[in-house]
Amino acid sequence: MYSIFKAKTAAVLSGLYLATTAIVVSQEVPLPELVTVSSGMHQYRASGEFLRSGVPADAPVLAISMPRSFDIMKYQVSVDAYRRCVAEDACGEALANRSQKPDHPVTGISFTNASEYAQWLSAKTNVKWRLPTDEEWSYAAGSRFVDDSLGAKEDPANPSLRWLLKYQKYADLESEQTLPVKPHGDFGANENGIYDMSGNVWEWTATCYQRSSIDAVGKVKADGTANCGVRIAEGQHRAYITYFVQDAKGGGCSVGAPPTHLGFRLVRDDKTGYGLGLINQWWDSMLGRD
Amino acid sequence: MITRRTALMGAAFVAAAPAIAVQKASADSESMTPVGAKVDLANMPRRKVELVAPPFVHAHEQVSSQPPAIVEFEMTIIEKEVEVDDDGTMMQGMTFDGSIPGPLMVVHEGDYVELTLINPPENLMQHNIDFHAATGGLGGGALTLVNPGEKTVLRFKATRPGTFVYHCAPGGPMIPWHVVSGMSGAIMILPRDGLKNEKNEPVSYDKVYYIGENDFYIPKDENGDYMRFEDAGSSYGDTVEVMNGLIPTHVVFNGKAGALTGDNALKSKVGETVLIVHSQANRDTRPHLIGGHGDLVWETGKFNNPPERDLETWFIRGGSAGAALYTFRQPGVYAYVNHNLIEAVNLGATAHVVVEGEWDNDLMAQVVAPTAYGDMHISKKALP
Repeated sequence: MYSIFKAKTAAVLSGLYLATTAIVVSQEVPLPELVTVSSGMHQYRASGEFLRSGVPADAPVLAISMPRSFDIMKYQVSVDAYRRCVAEDACGEALANRSQKPDHPVTGISFTNASEYAQWLSAKTNVKWRLPTDEEWSYAAGSRFVDDSLGAKEDPANPSLRWLLKYQKYADLESEQTLPVKPHGDFGANENGIYDMSGNVWEWTATCYQRSSIDAVGKVKADGTANCGVRIAEGQHRAYITYFVQDAKGGGCSVGAPPTHLGFRLVRDDKTGYGLGLINQWWDSMLGRD
Repeated sequence: MITRRTALMGAAFVAAAPAIAVQKASADSESMTPVGAKVDLANMPRRKVELVAPPFVHAHEQVSSQPPAIVEFEMTIIEKEVEVDDDGTMMQGMTFDGSIPGPLMVVHEGDYVELTLINPPENLMQHNIDFHAATGGLGGGALTLVNPGEKTVLRFKATRPGTFVYHCAPGGPMIPWHVVSGMSGAIMILPRDGLKNEKNEPVSYDKVYYIGENDFYIPKDENGDYMRFEDAGSSYGDTVEVMNGLIPTHVVFNGKAGALTGDNALKSKVGETVLIVHSQANRDTRPHLIGGHGDLVWETGKFNNPPERDLETWFIRGGSAGAALYTFRQPGVYAYVNHNLIEAVNLGATAHVVVEGEWDNDLMAQVVAPTAYGDMHISKKALP
């Protein structure tokens, strides 16, 4: 079901997640401020691309259960915090220019960088940290989540209609974006008390790109493809970005507004079984052990 | 008229680069005042044209219904700071009529172009204009050198039909600097009876897109941030250093990366015929319409030569303008790029055309939508 490349990538990445946290807790790395998001039901606009009878269609809204509460960073990871990891050779340099302010969210971050940081922070604090899944992120974002459905019926006779609609939607979004990275808190908190979600720094999630098909009654079929070389970055729209990219800007064929900046925040994953269970599930699915 | 700022500029230049002193040598307006017998054009009809900022063009006839005329244009040179990408990178720009590129002028073969060129007193520098379409006098550059606070009127006869670059050429190292700061544009001289295909049959267009491509050379500071300058003069030294490396920091259409995408994407519809005029005053480029073609392409831009048919990519020599005629046959988003894809995607040379209409399944169809095909099909050769 998955290509060799993807399986290899998964193996490398899973190594990051499953690494043991044997390193001694370091006093100079303070625990980040956290917000607890309580359990509940989540009306989740599924991520990825969906085909209905081979024609691109809006993703379905799935009622999913978030069975446990989880802790998520109140703010995005800062330049200063990330630099400590770089200084210890545990994280790659962020791409962004050297004049970043230490107390601003770090940007110019790839999925790899964010994963490195999670591993480093886990080792330093003896607490397991990881990127949120897209389900968790959108649930935590609440009203800050931006629905990326086009609200248009698919038209098999003219594939250009959805394409043009999407182009216009992204063009509108792009014209509203602000450019400079803002200090923490500048975009305000959502109803959960989490700051700066869907500001101008997109946040990496652990979720892979998936292509799925839906049947006539709107049910997702189990014959999808996942590509974990591409991950979701969440923000003013859902962006699908190759894992090693630090700056997603582009023109040419890649039509649509790219994320203005790429950064991240982490969730704490020390609740028994939960987070690791997810990872194990995912790992199993990568190996085709359903 | 020498303003205080101009005087300061002069001093700054000498201090920064003594070579600037040669600036006077190549374009000396006084010595080039023409002394030939006057041509009597008193009975020539005249008309005035209001220029329009690119990518659009002023209204014009394709087949001329009038005898040759003197066509009057007016352009004001504006020095101003401009944004060259969405990251807020700023450049001290120099412009013909406020836009980068300058406006596209359209006349017919046999017409006289009469341009009033204004250099307002707020400007710091001398400017002029060199029309590649004009004959003699350094393309007009020798007759048009104007100081801040001066204006001049140049007349030249449009003898050769085609698309041609015009640019500022005020002498010495000022020439490339003014050009890469934005001072170029194009003129299209149509045959009086309009455009012809390779069989000499008449062809026409519904609209013109004028794409002026620019290469910019913005210096960076020690932190790797693009530098911003107080005025053009203070940007000169650092900019020349980047220019002399011949690697542009930006290659853009219409003065800015993203100037012709998103909300500013060009618009068309299936069945519509567009003429894309592409100019590059300084550097070679290779336009390509992703998902389309050049139905008829005057690669060198000169309409007395038959156009080439069905091109995928065409070559615009630095210092020239070419023209491509294309009828859209399929709806969707087209990307019009400089097909050095590094320049298109990373440096900015991309425009989009949003085309509405009915999809033609005969031209293209997705026979099988992307679906998983299972491990059993993975070739053994793909294994490491």
